[in-house]
Amino acid sequence: MNLMSLTAVELGKKIKAKEVTVREAAEASLAAIEMREGEIHSFVTVADREAVLERADEVQKQIDSGLLDGPLAGVPVAIKDNMCTEGLLTTCSSKILGNFKPTYSAEAVLNLEKAGAVIVGKTNMDEFAMGSTTETSYFGVTRNPWNTEHVPGGSSGGSCAAVAAEECPYALGSDTGGSIRQPSSFCGVTGIKPTYGTVSRYGLIAYGSSLDQIGPIAKDVSDCAAILEVIASHDKKDSTSVAREDYRFSEALVDDVKGMKIGIPRDYFGEGLDSEVKEAVLKAAKALEAKGAVLEEFDLSLVEYAIPAYYIIASAEASSNLARFDGVKYAYRTEDYAGLHQMYKKTRSEGFGEEVKRRIMLGSFVLSSGYYDAYYLKALRTKALIKKAFDKAFEKYDLILGPAAPTTAPRLGESLSDPIKMYLGDIYTISVNLAGLPGISVPCGADKNGLPVGMQLIGDCFQEKKLFRAAYAYECARNYERCPLAQKGAGKDE
Amino acid sequence: MSKQYETVIGLEVHVELATKTKIFCSCSTEFGGEPNTHTCPVCTGMPGSLPVLNKQVVEYAAAVGVATNCSITQYCKFDRKNYFYPDNPQNYQISQLYLPICRDGGIEIETAEGKKIIRIHEIHMEEDAGKLIHDEWEDCTLVDFNRSGVPLIEIVSEPDMRSAEEVIAYLDKLRLIIQYLGASDCKLQEGSMRADVNLSVREAGTEEFGTRTEMKNLNSFKAIARAIEGERSRQIDILEDGGKVIQETRRWDDGKECSYAMRSKEDAQDYRYFPEPDLVPVVISDEWLAEIRAKQPELRDEKRERYKEEYGIPEYDIDILTASKRMADIFEETIALGCKPKEVSNWLMVETMRLLKDSDMDPEDIRFSPSHLAALIGLVEQGKINRTVAKEVFEIMFGQDIDPVSYVEEKGLSMVQDEGALRETIEEIVKNNPQSVEDYRSGKKKAIGFLVGQTMKAMKGKADPAMVNKILMEILK
Amino acid sequence: MAKNVITDETIEYVGILAKLELSEEEKENAKKDMANMLDYIDMLNELDTGGVEPMSHVFPVHNVFREDVVTNGDDREHMLANAPDRKDGCYKVPKTVE
Repeated sequence: MNLMSLTAVELGKKIKAKEVTVREAAEASLAAIEMREGEIHSFVTVADREAVLERADEVQKQIDSGLLDGPLAGVPVAIKDNMCTEGLLTTCSSKILGNFKPTYSAEAVLNLEKAGAVIVGKTNMDEFAMGSTTETSYFGVTRNPWNTEHVPGGSSGGSCAAVAAEECPYALGSDTGGSIRQPSSFCGVTGIKPTYGTVSRYGLIAYGSSLDQIGPIAKDVSDCAAILEVIASHDKKDSTSVAREDYRFSEALVDDVKGMKIGIPRDYFGEGLDSEVKEAVLKAAKALEAKGAVLEEFDLSLVEYAIPAYYIIASAEASSNLARFDGVKYAYRTEDYAGLHQMYKKTRSEGFGEEVKRRIMLGSFVLSSGYYDAYYLKALRTKALIKKAFDKAFEKYDLILGPAAPTTAPRLGESLSDPIKMYLGDIYTISVNLAGLPGISVPCGADKNGLPVGMQLIGDCFQEKKLFRAAYAYECARNYERCPLAQKGAGKDE
Repeated sequence: MSKQYETVIGLEVHVELATKTKIFCSCSTEFGGEPNTHTCPVCTGMPGSLPVLNKQVVEYAAAVGVATNCSITQYCKFDRKNYFYPDNPQNYQISQLYLPICRDGGIEIETAEGKKIIRIHEIHMEEDAGKLIHDEWEDCTLVDFNRSGVPLIEIVSEPDMRSAEEVIAYLDKLRLIIQYLGASDCKLQEGSMRADVNLSVREAGTEEFGTRTEMKNLNSFKAIARAIEGERSRQIDILEDGGKVIQETRRWDDGKECSYAMRSKEDAQDYRYFPEPDLVPVVISDEWLAEIRAKQPELRDEKRERYKEEYGIPEYDIDILTASKRMADIFEETIALGCKPKEVSNWLMVETMRLLKDSDMDPEDIRFSPSHLAALIGLVEQGKINRTVAKEVFEIMFGQDIDPVSYVEEKGLSMVQDEGALRETIEEIVKNNPQSVEDYRSGKKKAIGFLVGQTMKAMKGKADPAMVNKILMEILK
Repeated sequence: MAKNVITDETIEYVGILAKLELSEEEKENAKKDMANMLDYIDMLNELDTGGVEPMSHVFPVHNVFREDVVTNGDDREHMLANAPDRKDGCYKVPKTVE
């Protein structure tokens, strides 16, 4: 039996039933990583084997003694490298944090550990989550397991590739403008960005604080619901964390969408959308309709304005959030410098990559004296209008359905040359972050080259259960497709 | 100097609030401590850490606003002020720019020129920076974040002051209000109260303001007065020479009595403020505001009025007693224990003030308790000890707050109450000093002083001077 | 050709604010990138946002407080664990006074 071909919940059940030990599960994950890293490079850091196995045995004891009995107990997991993990390198895929070992763990990571997760490593990402391809990582690109000539998407490209390549059953990602949903779509896995405030941001190294949200990436919807149940919490250490009335997301996994009203924004299917992606997503919509959902086209409006508003807000926040990387308190400091200011400048210029510098420069500029009103305030006003447009839509619809990205995964090296073109790739995901809404990407087919397409469902704030229900119902109508790479080599079924 | 100039001054006063913990994390604000022992991921700017607001900071800031007649911003927010400096761990300071907690207040000051209102533009909450220590040995700087994140309020006045005297009256008044509220101990020397002076000059009679400079690093009233004088003449000299004052920040060097510009091409002074995304707005409801108002203690001006009516002590005494919250508290608590106001006031005005001055202490640092002062006053009133002994006991009490009753007993300092024994001693002294007796009897009434002194010496100070006098008169009659 | 023109002075100035030192080549690229980005961003001017309140937080959450109780102890070793340079329990930096 190939343990890594199982979903997290399936593996958890086998561990609970004593069919598999936690150690065996961890070893299977480490073996898969060892075998596939050369091709995929999903990880920045693979955890020390001895430490992983020791942790696995400890979890096993807690399961055996009845202390742990959740669905994820003993299941291996990979964590995006922008979440702090105590004693384990956390680099944000940046040179500037290249040797940073946090002395504390992110709240979401702690929640996972309390549920018996075994961390096998830290996944690659676009540097500081700035990018849509995982090519801006200081530690090298991650490749798409479906076709290694293509990017996995980003910024949570490492997490999505690791799950698709069956290096681990599930992973955590973070999503500021689509960074969970877009790579999930490119890698043929399921990923959800929860409502802002659902998962604590404590210990998540900030990019755009008002937009960042941690979420699960897994093979299917049931896994995502189970994982979100574990990582979501009201955290007193995060002032923007929300106390939700209901965390029982798995209850929503019902194959029934009868009467559910789904809005299909015409603005998501216009110019710029690849015809094969369009076809696959509309086919998925039809499948939901066949199950009793009521589809209706409508005009969401303002879609194109979300991108400039996003880049102003996210860059401005990033320029401030990344100011702390200065060579004083932690991590990289330049070697030769004369005086304080030169130390600052050289440390940061050497430590940050091109895209990060580009956004810090833009963010500093839009906040600078004389420009704040014209750019930053204008963006915040646009954000208010976008939120209002969604509010209006959700008066009529339970969910909004569209593509997660306009295309399938581009070839390596194709995107970085033209930043604005790359930014346009986030057009369907970005406004969801601006409005703080939950969004899920579910695999819904492939293009003629066999590259996966993702359907995005968007819910009103705190309506994750509706997302899960519709996504689950859709998933019930089709089988999970494994990527070719996961099916070869030691991944063969025994 | 041919023209007459007027000085225009506005102040930015930073006050460290008396909370137990920092503004955004649960680290102690306690002074001292080994470097970086009161730090955590939040106040050292670790990646991924997030701030959570200390409620007490809002309460103190609003209380100061109410006491200084400000309107309270019932929907206020925090903003980030971005600048790089090693004492600023995140390289941004969480402060308030767009919606500060208090606005449009003012307090009345009194100088030789009379009474005047100094308007307060705003009060905002923010975090303090860490401490930079220059290491002479290696010629580098060491950073200690123990003070990083200590809550501050910044009180920004309008440019309403015209002289150093007014500035000091304003600062003194602010200090007292805040001390009375218990919101800070406001010690300039220790840095829990700091003032930046914005100063410009203009020709007398003109309406338009001149270009102002901002002066930092002023840590005593004297330094402030000197800095104002120094900066005023510097600006007038520039204008008289036909030059222009440059708007800039200057650092006052009190030793050299001059200021110098803190300019660098690397400091753009463009703080790129924007709303702090990691903190949610503070909404002060009418109910909460009413609670804060109800909790306002009696402030100095009200106290002065009440003392006048209730205790009938001179205005001079009232001024000194109420010049410190600690002093006024001791005064009132001692009276509450049954002592006469005049008596308590005497101990505080004379002995306490003298000892404070001798030991270079602030009234805020007084250690003795009202109950011990009351006990001491009781001992004198009951005739158990005389005033000379009482003063000696008080000195000990001032140093270490001993219980005067047990101390007097332990050291055997009570006065001799046995008249027979005293009479015997006096008879002995009269016998041994015939010359003095002769002098007294021949009309030199002062000679009795010598005899009293001899008696007290023989009794080791423990005799009641009144009784000694009485017996002596009887014998010498 | 971009409508927005970013001058050398602006790039220099933003470099000071952001504490980034760009090579000549990087500067030229940054000028181009920023101008293009600003042209793109200027699209927002088509939107009438008159009378719209700027929205910084999406949800009307307010008054999230901590009680004033000390719960953190001495954690100095952890806080200094990642410091590039340290001395006497402090972070060590180039001198700040001239």
